[in-house]
Amino acid sequence: MTSTTASTRWRLKEPSIIPGFGLTLGFSLAYLGLIILIPLAGLIFRASSLSASEFLSILTDERTLAALKISFGTALIAALINVVFGVLICWVLVRYDFPGRRLIDAMVDLPFALPTAVAGIALSALYAPKGWIGAWFTPFDIRIAYTPIGITIALIFIGLPFVVRTVQPVMEEIDREVEEAAATLGANRFQTVFKVLLPSLLPAIMTGFALAFARGVGEYGSVVFIAGNIPYVSEIAPLLIVIRLEEFNYAGATAIATIMLVISFAMLLIINLIQSWSRGRYGHG
Amino acid sequence: MMEVTVSNVTKEFARFPALNDVSLDIRSGELIALLGPSGSGKTTLLRLIAGLDQPTNGKILFGGEDASHKSVQERNIGFVFQHYALFRHMTVAENIAFGLNVRPSSTRPPKNEIRKRVAELLEMVHLSGLEKRYPNQLSGGQRQRVALARAMAIEPRVLLLDEPFGALDAKVRKELRKWLREFHDRTGHTTVFVTHDQEEALELADRVVVMSQGKIEQVGSADDVYDKPGSPFVHRFIGEASELPVRVENGEVWLDDRTVGLKADGAAEGPSSLFFRPHDIEFLSGCGGCFDGVVVGSRRLAGARRLELELGGSQYRVEVDVPVDHPAALRSQINFRPKHWQLFPRSA
Ligand SMILES: Nc1ncnc2c1ncn2[C@@H]1O[C@H](COP(=O)(O)OP(=O)(O)OP(=O)(O)O)[C@@H](O)[C@H]1O
Ligand SMILES: [Mg+2]
Repeated sequence: MTSTTASTRWRLKEPSIIPGFGLTLGFSLAYLGLIILIPLAGLIFRASSLSASEFLSILTDERTLAALKISFGTALIAALINVVFGVLICWVLVRYDFPGRRLIDAMVDLPFALPTAVAGIALSALYAPKGWIGAWFTPFDIRIAYTPIGITIALIFIGLPFVVRTVQPVMEEIDREVEEAAATLGANRFQTVFKVLLPSLLPAIMTGFALAFARGVGEYGSVVFIAGNIPYVSEIAPLLIVIRLEEFNYAGATAIATIMLVISFAMLLIINLIQSWSRGRYGHG
Repeated sequence: MMEVTVSNVTKEFARFPALNDVSLDIRSGELIALLGPSGSGKTTLLRLIAGLDQPTNGKILFGGEDASHKSVQERNIGFVFQHYALFRHMTVAENIAFGLNVRPSSTRPPKNEIRKRVAELLEMVHLSGLEKRYPNQLSGGQRQRVALARAMAIEPRVLLLDEPFGALDAKVRKELRKWLREFHDRTGHTTVFVTHDQEEALELADRVVVMSQGKIEQVGSADDVYDKPGSPFVHRFIGEASELPVRVENGEVWLDDRTVGLKADGAAEGPSSLFFRPHDIEFLSGCGGCFDGVVVGSRRLAGARRLELELGGSQYRVEVDVPVDHPAALRSQINFRPKHWQLFPRSA
């Protein structure tokens, strides 16, 4: 089996000595096709029933543009914030032993486990102008719920475990000796962290970022409650799709979906390229 | 250059003494080997010298100055880790330049100076042309040399190497061993290296420190530790050892009820262990006073044949080496006497 795959010119990696490559690859492709590609193809097929000008007019519709901007913008900011604090949480969990560490470790997974609607309702209750947290900001005329800030907070909540769970195992594997080597070479703590540790975590951080971002763009359940869904202000693209569907405007819905798909796909592709480049260089990623 | 003194150092891990009251003088410019079986405390001692760990008791002095309160960074040592610990997101050149680049701007050499220094170091470790590679694009031996060049770049006062050739194959080991000796002679750094390979220690080091169970058994030149081992442990650990339970009586060595023709002048009377090297014996024909053995096994070594002999009516077994063309067959009789030997008192 390996000999036949070795002779195919399009293979990207050396086949391993473990037999069954052909079988597992075939199965994986069929499975991915069934689960992911066919629904996506259906989506694009549906969208292609639109003429180019119709498609363009939906795309350039101001409400669509605003919704896309809000979705991608809040997801981006939330993912960036998650990268900073997610890595910090990883650091604390990996490097320090303190009472309650396991509890905090388990808590990180809560956003995975909680039904998103529950999270959304809880968050909007907290951040509403009269909510526990929202009330603190009302005197300063800062509104959190029903604005993009609220959406961002919901997406931070949802995205955190993606960053922590991708970075944590890689951080655990960092060899203590690498840090000690940096110290013997005269690097202080700060330099060790910023010149040695973080750069070696970069590929994992980027993966975590990509996952949190992708999740944020598509997130619906936890966002709709806190967003207030005011068109042009706090209406996210997934919600707009639902609205179009409820209007029986299937073409409009699929057009927005297709655009989101293309943008998300492009971003994932870019991140994957960065990763494969880093893997080629550092042998990990 | 710098001499290092380890003075009555004890290191405990959760009350387990990994090092027990160890003292050692390392002379300036010396190449010294820490040799001992696994778990004997070699790495622990090296890490204490580096300041990566702190001793539970005792002091470490650098050039007569107590280093206890000096951080790792201040000690200015070069440390080469057993598994290299290279920065894998940096190129070879960046790895080597790291120690210079992290200096505060007041003492950091200018950029082109650093580049020149890196080029020199690469030249020195025979890796010119590989500066743009990443560690995972190098062979084990090349990584080893990058680690060494990286440690050398900061011009350390003392170079510490933890099993520098541990992960390499025999041939590369030999090459690097020779290279390290030349390198040391050229640069004259005080160098301490850890190994559990006795051949490596004997061949390479000016002095060998033999360690066992957290203690130093003996410190001496290769000749000292090989020819005059200070304890049964050292005799067994360095080189081959054959060993017989004997008795010293009236200045003579006795095996059971026979004298074996060895004069034990000055040795303590009573039960002793006789140690000798399997290859360091003479054969005799007829046995007035010697060992009288029966061949019970034979193995081919590289340049000789090793015979297993039974002595004293199959009570004891020893090994001796004979030339490859020696006619000894199984069950045949061999009479021999060690040319050099050593006696250690044994509790009866
Ligand atoms: N961090 C630690 N915690 C507890 N025990 C330790 C620690 N480091 C070393 N030890 C113990 O101290 C003893 C000496 O260890 P050390 O690493 O110095 O041995 P070594 O001579 O370097 O052995 P090897 O040749 O296997 O590397 C061992 O028994 C080891 O189990
Ligand atoms: Mg060790």
